[in-house]
Amino acid sequence: MTALQPFRTGDTPLPDIVILTHKLARDYDMGGEVVRALRGVSLQIRKNEYVAVMGPSGSGKSTFMNLIGCLDTPTAGEYWLNGQKVSDLSDDELARIRNKEIGFVFQTFNLLPRATALHNVELPLIYAGLPARERREHAARALTSVGLGDRMDHRPNELSGGQRQRVAIARALVNEPSILLADEPTGNLDSATSAELMQVFRDLHHGGQTIVMVTHEHDIAAHAARVVTLRDGVIATDQLQAA
Amino acid sequence: MPFFEALRLALQMIRAQKLKSVFSTIGVFIGVTFLIGAWSVVNGMNRYMTEKFAGTLVGVNTFHLRRSPNVNFDVQDSVWRSWRRRPRIKFADANAVTKILTVPVVTAWYSEDRGSVEYNGKVAKDITLEGATERYFDIMNLTIGDGRPFTPQESKAGTTVVVLGYDLAHKLFPDVNPIGHSVRIHGIPYRVIGVVERQGNLLGISLDKFVVAPALSPIQREVNPPGVVDALIVKANSEPEMREAMNQTEAIMRSRRHLRPRQDDNFAMETSEGVLDFWNKLSRILYAVGPGLVGIALVVGGIVIMNIMLMAVAERTREIGIRKSLGARRRDILRQFLAEATALATVGAALGIVTGVGLSVLLQAVSPLPASVSPFSIVLGVVVGGGVGVVAGVYPASRAARLDPITALRQE
Repeated sequence: MTALQPFRTGDTPLPDIVILTHKLARDYDMGGEVVRALRGVSLQIRKNEYVAVMGPSGSGKSTFMNLIGCLDTPTAGEYWLNGQKVSDLSDDELARIRNKEIGFVFQTFNLLPRATALHNVELPLIYAGLPARERREHAARALTSVGLGDRMDHRPNELSGGQRQRVAIARALVNEPSILLADEPTGNLDSATSAELMQVFRDLHHGGQTIVMVTHEHDIAAHAARVVTLRDGVIATDQLQAA
Repeated sequence: MPFFEALRLALQMIRAQKLKSVFSTIGVFIGVTFLIGAWSVVNGMNRYMTEKFAGTLVGVNTFHLRRSPNVNFDVQDSVWRSWRRRPRIKFADANAVTKILTVPVVTAWYSEDRGSVEYNGKVAKDITLEGATERYFDIMNLTIGDGRPFTPQESKAGTTVVVLGYDLAHKLFPDVNPIGHSVRIHGIPYRVIGVVERQGNLLGISLDKFVVAPALSPIQREVNPPGVVDALIVKANSEPEMREAMNQTEAIMRSRRHLRPRQDDNFAMETSEGVLDFWNKLSRILYAVGPGLVGIALVVGGIVIMNIMLMAVAERTREIGIRKSLGARRRDILRQFLAEATALATVGAALGIVTGVGLSVLLQAVSPLPASVSPFSIVLGVVVGGGVGVVAGVYPASRAARLDPITALRQE
C-alpha cells in the first residue's frame, strides 16, 4: 500500500479513495452551549479497506459514524464519498446516497419488527424504486448469501440475534453499496455469534467490500486491517495491523 | 416510494391494527353515514313534496280561494291574528267568482271538518267530513271505484247522499258492498252512492278516511257556519289561464269586499307553488343545518384521525429512522403516513356509505318517505371522507417526514 498523499482544500480525491474527510468538524448546540464533537478529522480510506474506528465514549466516534453514513451534515470541512462531495448535499440527495452507497449494520439490528426478513431486506430496493418482482429476487438472493434462504418469511422476533444481524447485513448489502458501515455490530451478540459475524465480515472484505466498523472492543477491532482511534474529536492514532 | 407501495403499506397497517383503525375512523364514518342518509331523506322529501304533496293538496293548474293560506310555515303571531280577523269566503262569493270568470275553468267549493261516521252501531272516528260541490271529484282527481259521484242536481238540492273514502268504506263495511246502505253523520242518515279508489297516504297520514257529501246537504251545518265555505277551488286548463283566472278572481273579490287600491287583499289564493313555498323554506333550513352537522362530524373525525396519526408517528419514530437510514426521502415518509391517514378515512367513508345507503333503504321500507340515495352524495362521501384523511394526515405526516434520522434511530 502506497502512502496516501495529503489532501488540500480544493483538491479532488484520487479514484481509488472511497472515503475522504478533510478537516471534518461537527458542533452541537446543546441549549446555548456549543459542544465540539468533531474538531477536524482528515482521513482517507481506499477501496476494499477494512477499517475499525475506536475510541472511548465522547471521543466523537458516533458523530464521525453519522457523518460518514450521511445521516448528518458537518459544520465545517469536506466529505467525499466515492469521488462525490457529499458534505454539502441536500436532504433528499443524502437520502439517495444512503440508499445507493452506504449499507448500515447497527448494534440493535434496526429491523422492522412487523415485517418479514424478506421485506426488511427489500426496503432499500423499494426506496431505490425497483419493481416488486426484481426486489423480491434481489432480496431473496441477498438472504440466501448470508445463509438465511430458509428464514425469509420469519419476523425478527422469530430469529436469533445472530440471524437478525445477518438479515441486517443482507439488507445493508442488497443495493451493493460502496461501503459497509457497521456501528458496534457485535454489541448485542454473544462471543460465539460475534466470531461468526467477524467471519462474515472477513469474507465480505475478501470479496472486495470496503468496511468501516465502529467499535470499542479491542478484540473485535483486531479483525480489521486498519485501526483509527479518535480522542476528543480528533484522530489520535491511525495504524495498519496484520490481519 | 411509488404511490401503490405506500397504499399497500397503509392497508397492511390498518389490517394489522383492526380495532384501533375502526375506532379512529368512527367520526368520519358517522359523518358520511349522516351525509348519505340525511341527503337521501331530504332528497326523497323533495321529490315527494314536488310530485305528490303539492299535487294532492292543491292540484295542477289549480288555485284555492281561501280566507288564509292552508299550508303555512313560520307565520308570525300578528299575521296569524290578522288572518283570523278576515271575513270568511261565502257561498255568494264562490258563486259570484264562478259566474264572472271569463277563463274556461272548472270550479268547486268545499268545506271540511273532522267528525265521526256511524253505521249499524260501528263508529269510525276522526274522519274528514267534506261538504263539496259535484266537480270536486274531478278537480281533486278522486276516481270513483265503485258506484257514482253525486250529480249536479243532488249537489244543488243538498240530497243526503255520500261518497266514502276507501279505508272508511272497508272499515264500516268489511264484508258487504256499502252502496245503497245508510251511514249516519251527526245522527243524520246519508245514502252511500259511491266509494273512491284508494289514494294511499301522505307523510304517513291516510288519504282514504273521508266522506264527501253535497255542500248544501245537512253536512254544511257540521263543517262551517251557515253560508261559509273553506275554499273555492278553481282549475284552469293551463298555467297562463290559471294566472288570468287568479287575476280576475282577485279583482272580483276586491270589489265584493270594497277594498281600496292601497288596501291589501283580505283573502288568499293558494297554488301548488304556494304549498311548495312552504316546503322550500323548510328544506332550505335542512340544507343549511345538514351540512353543518355533517361538517362537525367530519371535523371531529379528522381530529381523531390526526391524533391517531400523531400517535402512530410517535410510536414508529424508530421505524421512520430506519427507513430514512435506508434511503427514504422526506416525500417517501410523507407519502407513507398521508396514505395511511387517507386510507383510514376512506375506509371510514366507505363504511359510512354502506351504512348510509342501508339506512335510507331501511327508511324507505318502513316509512312513507321515498328516501332516494343520490349517486352524487356517494361521490361526495368518498371525496369528503378521503379529503378529511388528507387534511388530517398532512400535519402528522410532515412531522414524520421532518424527523432527524439520528434522533429517530436513537428512539427506543
